[in-house]
Amino acid sequence: MEAAEPGNLAGVRHIILVLSGKGGVGKSTISTELALALRHAGKKVGILDVDLCGPSIPRMLGAQGRAVHQCDRGWAPVFLDREQSISLMSVGFLLEKPDEAVVWRGPKKNALIKQFVSDVAWGELDYLVVDTPPGTSDEHMATIEALRPYQPLGALVVTTPQAVSVGDVRRELTFCRKTGLRVMGIVENMSGFTCPHCTVSPGGCRGGEAAPGRWGPWAVLGSPPSPRSAPASSPGAAERSWPSSPGCPS
Amino acid sequence: MEEVPHDCPGADSAQAGRGASCQGCPNQRLCASGAGATPDPAIEEIKEKMKTVKHKILVLSGKGGVGKSTFSAHLAHGLAEDENTQIALLDIDICGPSIPKIMGLEGEQVHQSGSGWSPVYVEDNLGVMSVGFLLSSPDDAVIWRGPKKNGMIKQFLRDVDWGEVDYLIVDTPPGTSDEHLSVVQYLAAAHIDGAVIITTPQEVSLQDVRKEINFCRKVKLPIIGVVENMSGFICPKCKKESQIFPPTTGGAELMCQDLEVPLLGRVPLDPLIGIQEFCNLHQSKEENLISS
Repeated sequence: MEAAEPGNLAGVRHIILVLSGKGGVGKSTISTELALALRHAGKKVGILDVDLCGPSIPRMLGAQGRAVHQCDRGWAPVFLDREQSISLMSVGFLLEKPDEAVVWRGPKKNALIKQFVSDVAWGELDYLVVDTPPGTSDEHMATIEALRPYQPLGALVVTTPQAVSVGDVRRELTFCRKTGLRVMGIVENMSGFTCPHCTVSPGGCRGGEAAPGRWGPWAVLGSPPSPRSAPASSPGAAERSWPSSPGCPS
Repeated sequence: MEEVPHDCPGADSAQAGRGASCQGCPNQRLCASGAGATPDPAIEEIKEKMKTVKHKILVLSGKGGVGKSTFSAHLAHGLAEDENTQIALLDIDICGPSIPKIMGLEGEQVHQSGSGWSPVYVEDNLGVMSVGFLLSSPDDAVIWRGPKKNGMIKQFLRDVDWGEVDYLIVDTPPGTSDEHLSVVQYLAAAHIDGAVIITTPQEVSLQDVRKEINFCRKVKLPIIGVVENMSGFICPKCKKESQIFPPTTGGAELMCQDLEVPLLGRVPLDPLIGIQEFCNLHQSKEENLISS
């Protein structure tokens, strides 16, 4: 494996990708909560949002409207706090208007992702969490190729219990295998619903359980939604504790 | 389709054939000659093919997981209730084809005939096409860059023998990228009736859907209207309603008012969807929506 060139990722200790073949399962929410949990544990964290068509991370962290500035090493990421414990880069910061559509074909998306990897002055980070769009296409290939010299720790794959999600996630696991990306674990999101009036699960097949028999002993972490959890999509996500996973080094 | 270089500027770009990444590409000479700038002949071929298709509706959303495929399947089934209406459902989500599973057609294969690819018929008057039918295993990942996905979409539109169709419903992946540009481009000469845009009530969806509405306006695609899905949840146990995705910024209703786009209706979150394949689902709330 090629050695990492000294560059803007040289000071990043661990890189984790958050993937799912399926849209709307909670990749951005999980990326945000993972970053907040790592910060809560005293780590310095960066979040790279490579979902160019639907960048959700800025709003989730209450950072909409922030601008990206140039520094001597390239683009300065957006810092959420004075301590600079969480930094963020997203195409959302580069749009003139928040509702502007990024209508780009693959090559242009690939070029921007390369820039995000090489030209953002991340500095010293314990973790870089990379939030991705759904699918197994240009953005994913460009991200993995650009990050490969820096030896990402691996990928967290997010699913929901429904069969349509599991189908796409199984394809995503194939993608990880083919691209040599280690899967650290599968997160089954929205795996039960706490009705505020009683307790009910939307049920369905247990998507996370469908994988272990075939793919190995993954850690399956449940993450049930409740009406209180929806505010994660409102500006400024609430911190939530993140259960310890054997895949994540301390 | 031949593989294109990773940094391909695009056959119709000003840099076509001239960029550094073009060196060594088998199409370099063709692009440099300006051939890429001429309209794709497939557009006229598709226009001819689409002469037997009366109405074409795209189902879009900037956001993933809002229910585009579920809605497309329900709409197709609802329209097909009239046995005299011929419906075609085309799934152009190349990386995440959900339609075969939702329609209960997993494992079906596509057959070739003299007049092209035959769609898979779930009913006599409802034919379906998806890349899912071309995969040898449900675990196969389609790891394709834009140009190859565009080629597949072109084939779906040009080479599938749809026959006489009253409604062609096109289910799309989330976003505003290759697939969306291609389907609009290839159907440009064939006239698309319009797009139905699906959202869920919360702002993280609406902000992507506003981009999708702007995309439609940019490419001059008429917007039939917006459907707000997962709008409220009726607990099957206690029958009380709660909001899993609260419309903290006014939901689709306010967005539609602001952007002057029709709100076609709201569909509640049904826990049965996702458990049962469509053919087992007896009731469809969307049928009321379709009749409106």
